[in-house]
Amino acid sequence: MTETIDFFKSLTSTGYLFLVLTAITLFSAIGVVTARNPIYSVLALIATFFCLSGHYILLNAQFLAAVNIIVYAGAIMVLFLFTIMFLNLRREDEESKTNVTKMISVVMGGVLMVMLITIFRAKSAQVPTYSTTAFNAKTGLVENLGLLLYNDYILPFELASVLFLVAMVGAVMLGKRETGDRHF
Amino acid sequence: MDLTVLLVKGLIILIIFVITLTIAAYSTYGERKVAAFLQDRIGPNRAGPWGLLQPLADGGKMFFKEDFIPAQASKWLFILGPCLAMLTALMSSAVIPFGDTIRFGDYAIPVQAIEINIGVLYIFGVVSLGVYGVMVGGWASNNKFSLLGAIRAASQNISYEIALGLSLIAILMMTGSLSLRAIIDEQATFFEWNIFTQPLGFVIFLTCAFAECNRTPFDLPECETELVGGYHTEYSSMKLGFYLFAEYINMFVSSAFIAALYFGGFHYPFMSEISGALENSLGVIAGHNVATAIGIIMFFAKIFFFIFFFMWVRWTLPRFRYDQLMNLGWKTFIPLAILNVVITGAGLLYDFKYATWVIAITMIGMVIVSNARAPKREVVRPGVA
Repeated sequence: MTETIDFFKSLTSTGYLFLVLTAITLFSAIGVVTARNPIYSVLALIATFFCLSGHYILLNAQFLAAVNIIVYAGAIMVLFLFTIMFLNLRREDEESKTNVTKMISVVMGGVLMVMLITIFRAKSAQVPTYSTTAFNAKTGLVENLGLLLYNDYILPFELASVLFLVAMVGAVMLGKRETGDRHF
Repeated sequence: MDLTVLLVKGLIILIIFVITLTIAAYSTYGERKVAAFLQDRIGPNRAGPWGLLQPLADGGKMFFKEDFIPAQASKWLFILGPCLAMLTALMSSAVIPFGDTIRFGDYAIPVQAIEINIGVLYIFGVVSLGVYGVMVGGWASNNKFSLLGAIRAASQNISYEIALGLSLIAILMMTGSLSLRAIIDEQATFFEWNIFTQPLGFVIFLTCAFAECNRTPFDLPECETELVGGYHTEYSSMKLGFYLFAEYINMFVSSAFIAALYFGGFHYPFMSEISGALENSLGVIAGHNVATAIGIIMFFAKIFFFIFFFMWVRWTLPRFRYDQLMNLGWKTFIPLAILNVVITGAGLLYDFKYATWVIAITMIGMVIVSNARAPKREVVRPGVA
């Protein structure tokens, strides 16, 4: 008990912020899977993305935080909400929730969790310690990120953009109206 | 940070907040006056001199109306909708630099709530969240017309955000920074204002700003001829007031953003000469502060012009049809914006800032040629036919 109190006393304000943010993140992430209504589920996911952006800001990565909000919370989740509103899933769709699917999803989720824990506990994935004096506070800012992406990681970066281009062309091909298709 | 600096900063944040709310309130009055002028009427003139107390009267009326929640509505989301709309609208004015610095003693404090090096992305992110207020409110009302309005708002915002972002990228390429203050400082001389270097980007940005604010001619989410009242059909009292108020705040922020990105923000022609003369006559500190004040006044003059422009367009142009809206966004603006980015990049490669005029001149030429080649319509004179 005294250890816990000492731990809380030793924290800086950033530490308290981190704890509060983590609690909200976990709470809303659990909300995503437990909500009965899909709309609430999506809204909880949006809250989770906001908390993740808060974590990025705590790590002084403002660019990542802003892009996370713009891309995930601002665009992708709007489309999610859009689709779910169209489907109008107010009643629960019981057909897709048989015992077999529930069992399979539990096993898959468990395997994923074990895998992630193993990866994070591996020696090679340990976060290297840094000295507070030598640490450059501007590491996460957009200028440094850009320099890093276009100098050291130019090949993966360009490969990723080619992948996006392929996905975009694929989406256009899928969405293209063929002759004889019904007009809405 | 010193306590006085913190106090002045807090004061600036508070003042910006109050100014935003006041301007939004008086925009409703301005809107009605402009509409009245354009339709040859008088407009509100009963409450106070020239009807100046009309926003107060409207607010009082909103508060005392019955606050109604439909029986089948999802209650908390129904309340959350207008709150989200108001919250996101108020958040976005935080990074706009309204003026240069205020000096007192050894300190120089920028007239801006927060200076972050990703200011443009911040505004873009907050604007993209604005649609949640409309979507959540429209869905929670449990009304088909509200839902249709919400869905229209979502698809319209998503579509026009792409063109908006692409026209912004051209500006970011010219400046090389995501900070709004850096973008404004880049436009110090008159002919380097981005309106002169990015004419096409400006037109695209302005149109997309109209669409993002759900203003006429793009107010399809609340199109009353098709959808009763759109997403706020079921709303009454101050919840409806919040939705309407958020629209006016968005209009103010968009105007400020347009003025900052394309019209030099707080810069005006002969600014350095005027501020030099002021510093000579009034002393360095007082002169600098007076020059800053003039800059702020100029910035607000630009903002008010654009708010007026928003109203002018609303009471002049008819509403688009929904397929026209989508075609305009996807098939015209996005390709044009991509072309704009490419030409800007090519221009920057040869250190020529005015390269995008090529597209603008080509387009104007094409319009003239197609008009000249079109068959002439017969002039119908009244009384002759």
